[in-house]
Amino acid sequence: MTKYRIERAPAPGWMRILIPLLAIPVTFLLTSVIILLDGANPFTAYYHFLVSPLAGRVSAIEVFVKSTPLLLTGAAVAFAFKGGYWNIGAEGQLYAGAIAATFVGTVLLDVPPIIGIPAMIIGGFAGGLLWALPSAILKVKLGVDEVVTTLLMNSIVLNVTSFLLNGPWRNPVSMWPQSPEISAGTVFPQLIPRSRLHFGIIIAVIVILIIWFVISRTSFGLKMRAIGLSKEGARFAGIKVNKTMLIVALVSGGIAGLAGAGEVAGIHFHLIDAISDGLGYSGITIATLGGLHPLGVGISALFIGLIDTGAQTVSRVLGVPVYLGDVVQSTLLLVTLSLFVLQNFRIRRVN
Amino acid sequence: MEFTLFLVGLIAATLRVATPLIYGTLGELFSERSGVLNLGIEGTMFLGAFVGFAAASLSGSLWIGLLAAIIAGLLAGLLMALLSVRFGVNQHVAGLGITLLTTGLSLYAFRVIFGESKVPPSIESFPMLSILPETHILAPITNQYLLTFIGLALIPVVWWIINKTRFGLQIRAVGENPEAADAAGLNVYAIRTSALAIGGALMAVGGAFLTMAQLGSFTFGIIAGRGWVCIALIIFANWKAVNVLWGALIFGGVQALQLRLQTLGFKLPYELFLSLPYVVTIIALTIAGRNSSAPSALLKPYRRE
Repeated sequence: MTKYRIERAPAPGWMRILIPLLAIPVTFLLTSVIILLDGANPFTAYYHFLVSPLAGRVSAIEVFVKSTPLLLTGAAVAFAFKGGYWNIGAEGQLYAGAIAATFVGTVLLDVPPIIGIPAMIIGGFAGGLLWALPSAILKVKLGVDEVVTTLLMNSIVLNVTSFLLNGPWRNPVSMWPQSPEISAGTVFPQLIPRSRLHFGIIIAVIVILIIWFVISRTSFGLKMRAIGLSKEGARFAGIKVNKTMLIVALVSGGIAGLAGAGEVAGIHFHLIDAISDGLGYSGITIATLGGLHPLGVGISALFIGLIDTGAQTVSRVLGVPVYLGDVVQSTLLLVTLSLFVLQNFRIRRVN
Repeated sequence: MEFTLFLVGLIAATLRVATPLIYGTLGELFSERSGVLNLGIEGTMFLGAFVGFAAASLSGSLWIGLLAAIIAGLLAGLLMALLSVRFGVNQHVAGLGITLLTTGLSLYAFRVIFGESKVPPSIESFPMLSILPETHILAPITNQYLLTFIGLALIPVVWWIINKTRFGLQIRAVGENPEAADAAGLNVYAIRTSALAIGGALMAVGGAFLTMAQLGSFTFGIIAGRGWVCIALIIFANWKAVNVLWGALIFGGVQALQLRLQTLGFKLPYELFLSLPYVVTIIALTIAGRNSSAPSALLKPYRRE
């Protein structure tokens, strides 16, 4: 008679891909409860959630617009986590990038796009990097836990943003808490006329390709993966753990900063308080869902972008509160996280 | 005389601002002393604020509302325990996930129950106790909400539970060295789960104080980072219950002072003041470094072999 035994051993590789795919139906099953409580039909709701946005031209483009910053924050978080650095601060680094880009865009007047656009990119990256710097230095020099410091840096930058918008950058005419407009030469070009899809998505795709290459094809990537698996092991193998981790942390911050620059230069054209509203935290969901793999991050970001767009469709068509999107997204994160525990187990046949 | 009035008003406001922070920080203290960093705090406070308000509004009873908030917080703590203790997943990601989930659920349910009315719904909130007659100069300080007094009283109670009771000893044991605690016959999972459940309930009361006592209404920005302040305060308090009082009062004091100076017409960059607790915490972390009394097993999931 054949018997099966569950033992603690890494599961086969295909499980890693199966888990996020399995998480999606489980999430929909769980969240259908609250849709029923609101008196709506879950199947209709999920049709409008996942299919309707792709059916229309405008909403299909909007999925990519929503995905643009998510691709970057997802990449930022995945890059850091892969290298064993728990950067919870993508939200704050995004804001810092947005602030820096706004500064660049309002200072550089009358520049051609060939100068203006690279300046915005460098500004956004530098802003995010600078905001990631204190936590990164404290981590490698003094061993201060980065989870708490990166989290607190998020709260600080929100206050800084609000200070700028109510103080030096307040619109002197309307008195609205929004910065002056960035100059024409620093605006990211539209990719499709009369849509909000902008150059930022190209930056995002390039960034994802670069981090994929770095992680899987370079010696630096090998080092950071070794650190991600075990810091002690990496140190024992002669890897400069602190130096590698510092670079990982700063690049991660820079990438998140690019997301902020994109929102300023491609969508809003000025800084507002609600420039992010959780895009950095969604990056953590996306990185987890994508199994910290750049390709997985790309797919997950598009999927979360679809959910964000779909939530608005569901809300419009069925009158279900738009916050259903937040519930689905966070449930998906928790379900994926739980299911990933399964990859530590293997079912073996014993005779 | 005018200065006395100013000072009395300041102390009274300080106590009010500190109340939700005391509950939140004490809740986080339970979680962290048992070895689990619960970043679900921000969302759990939001959930408590919403559930307390909604249950009170629907049932017409503030006490039923408060009880509902406690149960909701307990459940959020249990969910955190399921993920971080039972499944042993990454604590910070699980905690943030719970914050996102409880926030989303609260907003969703708020819209389902109260619709999209222009006028925000409100409830008759808890009254302030009148210990001294209104005319007495110290009346603003002593005449506070019952929940403020309970919060203050909880500080020595929590100190006593953690340091003097058997349950407290077990919490500290699983927070410092779960392997040894397990070898000594303690059920690490059950103890951490209880600590997280108690912690979640306390956090929810902190949130409920805002809707059910201080404001009498529910707004989307009601917690506004108070949970993260608690995460900061616990480090500032060096994981000790008694220090929670000082941390919460200092932060509450600074906040109350800047509000007062603002109403008096001083132009202050108050947004930068609001960042003070975070900056101070990061500096405190830098100075304390490895000398802090953080529980040794904090952030480390325990797995029984």
